[in-house]
Amino acid sequence: MILSVNQPAIADIKEEKVAIEARELCIYYGEFLVVKDVSIKIRRQKITAIIGPSGCGKSTILRAFNRMNELVPSAHATGAVLYHGKNIYDEDVDPVEVRRRIGMVFQKPNPFPKSIYENVAWGARINGYKGDMNELVERSLKNAALWDEVKDKLTQSGLSLSGGQQQRLCIARAIAVQPDIILMDEPASALDPIATLKIEELMRELAKNYTIIVVTHNMQQAARVSDYTAFFNLAAGGERTGVLEEYGKTQKIFTNPEKKSTEDYITGRFG
Amino acid sequence: MNTLAPRQTLDRQLKKLNENILMLSSMVEEATLKSVTAFQNRDVTLAKLIYAGDERINEIRFSLENETLTIIATQQPMARDLRILASTLEVITELERMGDYAKGIAKITLLLSNQPPLPYPSQVSKMAELAVDMLHQAIGAFAEQDAATAEQIPLRDDEVDALYNEVNRWLIKLVSSEPASIDRANYLMWAAHNLERMADRVTNICERTLFIVTGKLQELGVSDDEFGAS
Repeated sequence: MILSVNQPAIADIKEEKVAIEARELCIYYGEFLVVKDVSIKIRRQKITAIIGPSGCGKSTILRAFNRMNELVPSAHATGAVLYHGKNIYDEDVDPVEVRRRIGMVFQKPNPFPKSIYENVAWGARINGYKGDMNELVERSLKNAALWDEVKDKLTQSGLSLSGGQQQRLCIARAIAVQPDIILMDEPASALDPIATLKIEELMRELAKNYTIIVVTHNMQQAARVSDYTAFFNLAAGGERTGVLEEYGKTQKIFTNPEKKSTEDYITGRFG
Repeated sequence: MNTLAPRQTLDRQLKKLNENILMLSSMVEEATLKSVTAFQNRDVTLAKLIYAGDERINEIRFSLENETLTIIATQQPMARDLRILASTLEVITELERMGDYAKGIAKITLLLSNQPPLPYPSQVSKMAELAVDMLHQAIGAFAEQDAATAEQIPLRDDEVDALYNEVNRWLIKLVSSEPASIDRANYLMWAAHNLERMADRVTNICERTLFIVTGKLQELGVSDDEFGAS
């Protein structure tokens, strides 16, 4: 039997290459267990894609990596998310600092109703950035592959840009605070194909310096852009609880996954 | 689950492709057996039919290649689906080349038609039957994605090789006693060689079946008992 059903198929990443790790992580909304016993090591300066059917807790897991779930009033977690050996859920950890180090880009571009310049400078400023702000804005916009398109109109509203440009502005804003990890929740699903490919190219560039975790519904996107893929699925038995089913190199997951459920999902038999 | 099943179109396309591969294979099997019959009976009419029939095999191969590429482009297949389609491109190429071998035997029949007859070694017919049977089984295993059967078929290649060696030895004897027969003997050896190569190509099809099922690319049943590449 080639496609095993019950054995774990979870890649183990060498300790020194781990950027962040979830360990036996369970996340609840009130009484409801959204994701169960997730243990996963995310590799540094690589792109990890999270895929899976609707309702399997992909976004919930993503948000658990920077305590964004706490913004949902009834949410709570058990287990640990280890970042530099420290559980980010420990009481002495400041969630604001966690979110500075682990930034987030959302599905729908959400620039502030401020100038392009201010969109990028804002986060750095409230974090007490003491360096040359003009330089930081330029560098962030360059790293987000947006500089050439906006350098002559930095005072215009961020909202005047196209959808793809707005998303790259949000990426510039995220990297301006010099994070370590960038979480992306369907970052291209609201964009046209060309803007999508630009974001994907940008992700590959960013992965040279940052660790990226991306949730996507687009299987081709996960296959194109990521180095590792984590497949989440609903637990057997009809519960609506998400579990990590298979995790490994993207090339392996999309050509010859270990588990039948992964194969069935990526070949469109369910989901 | 859903009443509207997903990926019905892809499943339908794969099924149709499979049926067409079986049809192409049966055309090649028929051409091979007939080419040997024509050769044995010095039947020029039949040989001409096989020679012309190869055009049709080539056309179908290209149409299946198109069909496969269209499915890849439009369905963006993953995992096993992708392996099936990539393997299909290989398998139809193998079938087309086997068709060329049958055409080659038909051509030899035509070339020998105005020369004095040579005794016909029964091993040639046996080789053809064996190679065609191997192909038939191999294409069946490919269509069914039956790895166990695919793994067994190449073992029979040794039988084909043994028959080929018998033909060779027999021809060497013939040429030593009848030097004037050397040209005709050479043609006959080429006919047998085509059948030997056909059996080798069956192994390639079996390798694709294993690739579909396991995801591993590997050589099967590599025999040392060969005289080199075709």
